[in-house]
Amino acid sequence: MNAHENLLEVDGLSVSFDGTAVVRDLSFRVARGECVAIVGESGSGKSVTARSLLGLAGRGSLVTSSSLRLAGRDLRSATERDWRAVRGSQIGLVLQDALVSLDPLRPIGREIGDAVRLHSHLSAEDARTRVLSLLASVGMPDPERAIHQRSGELSGGLRQRALIASAIALDPPMLIADEPTTALDVTIQARILELLADVKSRGTGILLISHDLAVVSAIADRVLVMKDGRVVESGNTRELLAEPREEYTRRLIAAVPTDKPRHTPLVPGGASVPAVASAPDALAPAVLEARGLVKTFPSPAGRFRAVDDVSFCLRRGETLGLVGESGSGKTTVARLVLALATADDGDVLLDGGPFSELRERDRRPVRRRIGAIYQDSLSSFDPRLSVRRILADASALAPEADRSSVGELLDAVGLPAAVAGSLPLHLSGGQRQRVSIARALAARPEVIVCDEPVSALDVTIQAQVLDLLDRLQTDRGLSYLFISHDLGVIRHMSDRVAVMKDGRIVETGDAASVFEDPKHPYTERLVADAPRLVFAP
Amino acid sequence: MSELDLRTAAASAAPARRARPSAGEILAIGFVLFLLIATVAPNALSSIDPNAIAAREAFQGPSLQHWFGTDESGRDIYSRVVAGTSTSLLIGVSATAIGLALGLVLGVLAGFGGRVLDFTVNRTIEVLFAFPGLLLALLVIVIAGPGPVTATLAVGLSTAPGYARIIRGQLVGIRSSAYVESARVLGHGPWRILTRHILPNALAPLLVLATLGIGQAVVWAAALSYLGLGAQPPAAEWGAMLSAGRTYIGTAWWLTVFPGLMIVLTTIATTVLGRSLTRRSAGQR
Repeated sequence: MNAHENLLEVDGLSVSFDGTAVVRDLSFRVARGECVAIVGESGSGKSVTARSLLGLAGRGSLVTSSSLRLAGRDLRSATERDWRAVRGSQIGLVLQDALVSLDPLRPIGREIGDAVRLHSHLSAEDARTRVLSLLASVGMPDPERAIHQRSGELSGGLRQRALIASAIALDPPMLIADEPTTALDVTIQARILELLADVKSRGTGILLISHDLAVVSAIADRVLVMKDGRVVESGNTRELLAEPREEYTRRLIAAVPTDKPRHTPLVPGGASVPAVASAPDALAPAVLEARGLVKTFPSPAGRFRAVDDVSFCLRRGETLGLVGESGSGKTTVARLVLALATADDGDVLLDGGPFSELRERDRRPVRRRIGAIYQDSLSSFDPRLSVRRILADASALAPEADRSSVGELLDAVGLPAAVAGSLPLHLSGGQRQRVSIARALAARPEVIVCDEPVSALDVTIQAQVLDLLDRLQTDRGLSYLFISHDLGVIRHMSDRVAVMKDGRIVETGDAASVFEDPKHPYTERLVADAPRLVFAP
Repeated sequence: MSELDLRTAAASAAPARRARPSAGEILAIGFVLFLLIATVAPNALSSIDPNAIAAREAFQGPSLQHWFGTDESGRDIYSRVVAGTSTSLLIGVSATAIGLALGLVLGVLAGFGGRVLDFTVNRTIEVLFAFPGLLLALLVIVIAGPGPVTATLAVGLSTAPGYARIIRGQLVGIRSSAYVESARVLGHGPWRILTRHILPNALAPLLVLATLGIGQAVVWAAALSYLGLGAQPPAAEWGAMLSAGRTYIGTAWWLTVFPGLMIVLTTIATTVLGRSLTRRSAGQR
């Protein structure tokens, strides 16, 4: 690419809030038809960078740069008025959650049409034609119908398509996509990435902001790895992924669980290397068994079967991965197993004895044997209680001979004893999830239901937590029912998997054989669409 | 290693999270202390008998001897204001307590009592809400007759629906919260979950509201006394004093201004305190 084709030129960009620098001395170029990705974990400054390029860094921010040029135009001294002209017509923006980015009260046709008419002189009729062709170009099924729908009436994937349509409505030469697929299911994510690749091939420059290396490797030509406001490493995507020079980049890549065999630590050189674990005995007794679970909810069209005849068995010491997209019924299964909801039909057995069939009063003493870890650990803690109280309360439920002290529990999950006095609110996401694991351990369970335990965490923290869960399983002989939408995580963690779709288990078997040789077409698609790191050949 | 840094940072930052009180908060605390002393030991603040009549000293303006002046019977307004504190504050505090207690009963019934009770209590609350608060209080007085006790009851009754609704909302929200569910999953019993998790979390924000409510109740109690339905003259009560001084407002402003000022200051002080409590407990979450 020669210099004239540079669409965006950023040199020495720094952003600070109240004297605290969050982005320091950032320089990069984006050419026409090129996708440059900024990768980093939360707090790395990647989103602030994206916002600064739109003049939206926010209140109390100080943005300085030695050069900030868009299509040859200097934006350093742009006024608010200038920025308004830039947004939309020069740079389109796609955010993570289309539900909040689109006006919920207006049909999307009007939402997109407004942008078109604001910046052009098209008549109402021409604008409508333009909106229809835009919606068609982003793969919206039945655009004629879609223009009358509000954002809330569309599914997540279609909503994201509508948002992309509005971002490219004015044919901006540049598109900034900030975590555009983060809230989406893998199959939809794959379609959105294809769409972005299509936009790119039409000559639009894309700046992609993401925490997900797999997403980045699918579409970006070049990558900047950011940490604490600085670029740690940058380069051609394939080369950078294949031969990372910096320690941090290596850690990021190692933390991606996709295609890493079971029991391989994700934190390189981590002290937590588990003893070589033998595969759980296929004849090990079932510790948890679900038989023909059915759960329905009332819906306008009769009763909706959220869980439809689900049966599985979890053997002692193994991990059963339950994978599926949002709405497939995974979490309802978890609630049935935990007896937080009552099944319409079927039952759950613990160690061959009844569990779901028990009366609550009789079940209470055995409840501690099935622990739980949740996605949003913060809300699972009483906001008034310190870590010490939380752990002591749970520990009191363990059999007297088996009780651990708060210090032992914190030690087991790799937290310093000083954390005991804190409220969970004041801990980081990774620390909270460790506390929640410690709480589950405190009651001495045999089974732990892990419902999306790492979905809210950064990839390096996710790697630490997954390693921890793995080590605890080996050390304590725990059995996990591991629920996730992330195939990479599921495959790395599970001995056996069950694939759920529309409330049913469509395929079940050994993790390796299900993922390498999927039998059901849905599993096949799921596996094919799962983003994975693409290395240089 | 960033998580290690975070760990130590979080561990050291967690305990020291109390912001210093602002000037307004200090003033408010000072005024509330003054009110408390005036209630418990009025003699410590004023040596003059609030009901001593001295016809020759009637209608004197504020002076060194009579800080707030004297009224039509020559009684010292300052000592009457001090003496009236206990009455006004007592009405305010007990009315709020009655409102809270009733609200708690109704709220708990609605929150835990099953669908039928919930429905009944909710409709009752809505009917009570349809009356403006003061009107409801007047209604109670019409039935029970005037006097400080009925005024207290009346104000308490009319604030109860508000509290009940808040308590019910809190209980319903907390009962289905993730942390109550996770306590159930661990196998904690219902009584323990109620006393350990649900009640403390539901009632903590209520104490803050009650602080705000006291100021409101003091105003209402004064309003009822002003109308002659609460404390009766010659009792030294702020509302009653306002009512008595109203006749002379053109010639002797101090008869009404000082009791009025006390009402205003009490409301402001409790509001400032209530607000800062709200902010602090919000910062904790």
